[in-house]
Amino acid sequence: MSGLVITNLEVNHGAIRAVRNLSFTVESGQLAAVIGANGAGKTTLLRALSGLKHVHAGNATWHETSIINKKPENLVRSGIVHVSDGKAVIPELSVKENLALSGIWRKDKKDVARATTEVLDLFPILAARLSQSADSLSGGERQMLAIGRALIARPSLLLLDEPSLGLAPLIIEQIFSAINSLRHTYDLTVLLVEQNATSALQIADIGIIINLGELVTVGPSHSLLNDPALRAAYLGY
Amino acid sequence: MERFINTILIGISGGSIYGLMALALVLVWRSTRVVNFAQAGQAILSTYIGYVVISHTNNYWLAFPVAVISGALIGALVDILLIRIMVKRAHQGPVAAIAPVIATLGLLGLIRAVVGLIWGGDLRQFKLPVTNHGFTFGHTTIPFAPINLLIVVITFLVMLIFALIFQRTNLGLALRASAYQPEIARLSGIRVDLTRTIGWAFAGSAGAIAGILVTPTNYLAPNSLDLLLVSGFVAAVIGGLESLVGAAVGGLILGIGLAFVLEYVSSSLAFPAAFMVLIAVLLVKPAGLIGSKRSRNA
Ligand SMILES: Nc1ncnc2c1ncn2[C@@H]1O[C@H](COP(=O)(O)OP(=O)(O)OP(=O)(O)O)[C@@H](O)[C@H]1O
Ligand SMILES: [Mg+2]
Repeated sequence: MSGLVITNLEVNHGAIRAVRNLSFTVESGQLAAVIGANGAGKTTLLRALSGLKHVHAGNATWHETSIINKKPENLVRSGIVHVSDGKAVIPELSVKENLALSGIWRKDKKDVARATTEVLDLFPILAARLSQSADSLSGGERQMLAIGRALIARPSLLLLDEPSLGLAPLIIEQIFSAINSLRHTYDLTVLLVEQNATSALQIADIGIIINLGELVTVGPSHSLLNDPALRAAYLGY
Repeated sequence: MERFINTILIGISGGSIYGLMALALVLVWRSTRVVNFAQAGQAILSTYIGYVVISHTNNYWLAFPVAVISGALIGALVDILLIRIMVKRAHQGPVAAIAPVIATLGLLGLIRAVVGLIWGGDLRQFKLPVTNHGFTFGHTTIPFAPINLLIVVITFLVMLIFALIFQRTNLGLALRASAYQPEIARLSGIRVDLTRTIGWAFAGSAGAIAGILVTPTNYLAPNSLDLLLVSGFVAAVIGGLESLVGAAVGGLILGIGLAFVLEYVSSSLAFPAAFMVLIAVLLVKPAGLIGSKRSRNA
């Protein structure tokens, strides 16, 4: 079947089994929120899917093609783009250069220009800061820049690691609404890792709850939001 | 006054060479975090290749590009055959940090031995592209000669070309991104390994230019560039180890500083004087003159 299919995935950090026997499916075009406490293995899962982390067993396929243990740069070039945690920008480069990075290997330069314009329309604050160094940006602006850079690669599968981390509520709202709008505009499949469970589930189609590297449950996000037991155990309210 | 200006001119000429060597070391350091002792060997090998061209054609200007291209290829090969594997195998801890450095030291010895086997250990004269008789004004001849002018001009052009590549081209952007944040560069689709190899090739060509520029004023032997490696390191550290501008500035400061010590203090101080200049600069600015704002992730 098409989409992202993960089967019996095992990822270790040395002796630590960070992801264990994990299986779930995200259909093409869906937004899936991955929810779990600190250390649940969310970042490890995304790093495995983007090629940064070696997978020990199991498989992950995107549109029927295996994506595990591949070079990250090749996965990016085939549309799987990971925005890593911690506002992944290169502070030594300007905003413009950060955006340009994911366009320099692309053949279709016209589309790179188009994508750049679209990103600047989506996040106008970046347009005003193009020649500044990324070091001078606020946390929210950095997150916008990181997402913007990912979009210029024209992703089909977007992996977002805690885009709301450390941001003010107003900015979080802005980021989430941007994610929600761009996934419709570009018909993206999104894996959104969040500790901000409620906000994430509100824009997600499905929720995937993991704990200590294992799947707790996967289901439509509205039913997860309304399940009192899950709310108490994993959503923290 | 005349003596003063002459000393500065000679310092700029010497400093140009140090700056080129520093550039070679900085390019490798900031992309791979390896202190590349083998650079002296890479440069001597490319200079011997230039020497072969000269002995067949008697043409310095044919030897020059051949040496530069050889230097680039040697740099790329060192990265692909040695460094990539060392860096990939090495994970964490003090041994992992030191292993590639020891490997480059070993490679320096190996290249020197191979060069000695092929060409022997004797000192060879290297053809001068232009004269080393100082410029004459009326009745006075100054120490600064056309060969020194040539060194300064070529170094300036090389630095300019590197600056343009790094600041104005996509390749330069990829090189900088891969050096600063390799993981983010990868996640942006950049082929970081390939980019690094290109960085090593650029470094190798800078070292080759230093070798083929300085050797005509000196002599050629398997170890004749070893002292230049030390000066290059000192210049690179003065410049903060991270920036191309720093390498150039560090080279000039070291060159001029050395020229003054040799001219006004003692000509037997060549080696210690380099370290005196280094210590003087580091006492004033411990991070080097153009130190990075923050420490970078390798
Ligand atoms: N580089 C590493 N080396 C060793 N262990 C690691 C490493 N990275 C993560 N781990 C361990 O793997 C497990 C999962 O960590 P991971 O970072 O994937 O969790 P997470 O869900 O992203 O947590 P957080 O919400 O804090 O970001 C944890 O037990 C963690 O300690
Ligand atoms: Mg995490």
